[in-house]
Amino acid sequence: MSKFKKSSNTEQDIPTAALPDIIFMLLFFFMVTTVMRETDIMVKQQLPRASQLTKIERKSLVSYIYIGEPKNTSLYGNEPKIQTNDVFVDTDDVVQFVNQEKDKLSEVERDQITMSMKVDVEVKMGIVSDVQQELREANARKVLYSSIKRSEE
Amino acid sequence: MPRGKKRPLPEVSSGSMADIAFLLLIFFLVTTTIANDKGIAMLLPPKPDPNEPPPEVNKNDKNIFKILANSSDQLLVEDEPYKKSMDELKKEVKEFVLNFGDPTEEGIQVYNSLPSSMKASVNRFGKRPDSSDDPTECVVSFKAARGTSYELYIDVLDAINAAYNEIYAERVGITVEEWLALDKDDDIQKDMYNRARSNIPRAISIAEPD
Repeated sequence: MSKFKKSSNTEQDIPTAALPDIIFMLLFFFMVTTVMRETDIMVKQQLPRASQLTKIERKSLVSYIYIGEPKNTSLYGNEPKIQTNDVFVDTDDVVQFVNQEKDKLSEVERDQITMSMKVDVEVKMGIVSDVQQELREANARKVLYSSIKRSEE
Repeated sequence: MPRGKKRPLPEVSSGSMADIAFLLLIFFLVTTTIANDKGIAMLLPPKPDPNEPPPEVNKNDKNIFKILANSSDQLLVEDEPYKKSMDELKKEVKEFVLNFGDPTEEGIQVYNSLPSSMKASVNRFGKRPDSSDDPTECVVSFKAARGTSYELYIDVLDAINAAYNEIYAERVGITVEEWLALDKDDDIQKDMYNRARSNIPRAISIAEPD
């Protein structure tokens, strides 16, 4: 290897003065391009506790429905409301929401869509079963009642 | 190897490496959402076909374990007011499912597939003729009123699921925790899952409230 010694006197230091700028550029690039899809939950969410919990197998197949008393009671009253994405919807609009969510998936996966129901403990069953009827209507039959692991056993 | 002669190694200044690492770290910290979504999974029944009348229920009444909840969160289990804990309810469901009052051929097969510890407990108190015929036949029916709290609904559903999960787990000789953590993408675990569930369907019927 060393037989062919190069006798070049080229400068071997890489100038690092521009490194911070490069990093900042990367940072800004990611900051601009990343969409932080954080739904603002506008309903109270105290999830029930249960022991027989299963994990979601694939997160991409899951859509969320939030049900609970609105946090801003002066604006929305204190009747439990249904929230999908960032808006309150009526029970009748749940089908439309499910179809929107199904459109996001590829055709083979559409039947496997799982609706994660995040329901506050104080909600009565009436609204929950109304939503379930709509889900049946929309043919989204996999439901996950989101709950927290019960600690005392 | 180069002979003896020392050549200065090209050096990249690593002073800002820490900054880079921190930036990356912060970036991932911010964007990662921890998958903490767990819950009780359930499959809703298909939507009713308007052209077909609702299916006739031709199950023998003793094969249905009825749980009713009213608007003031009181339970009616098998037509009697229920005051006991959810743990007791779980045990009752379990005993109901694992009862061989009048087993069919499939029921006898199920019995033969049970491990000996379960056979023993079935032999001790699992032959009541007034309870369910066998695990293949029985159904747990749960009906909540519109005014029932969601908390109670989840509690009862959890108890029923716990009863079934305990049966499945015991059938293949693992703990309930291991049963719940079974990975269905893995062939061996999937096989275990199917073996446990074969012929003991998780028949939970959630009736619509009036």
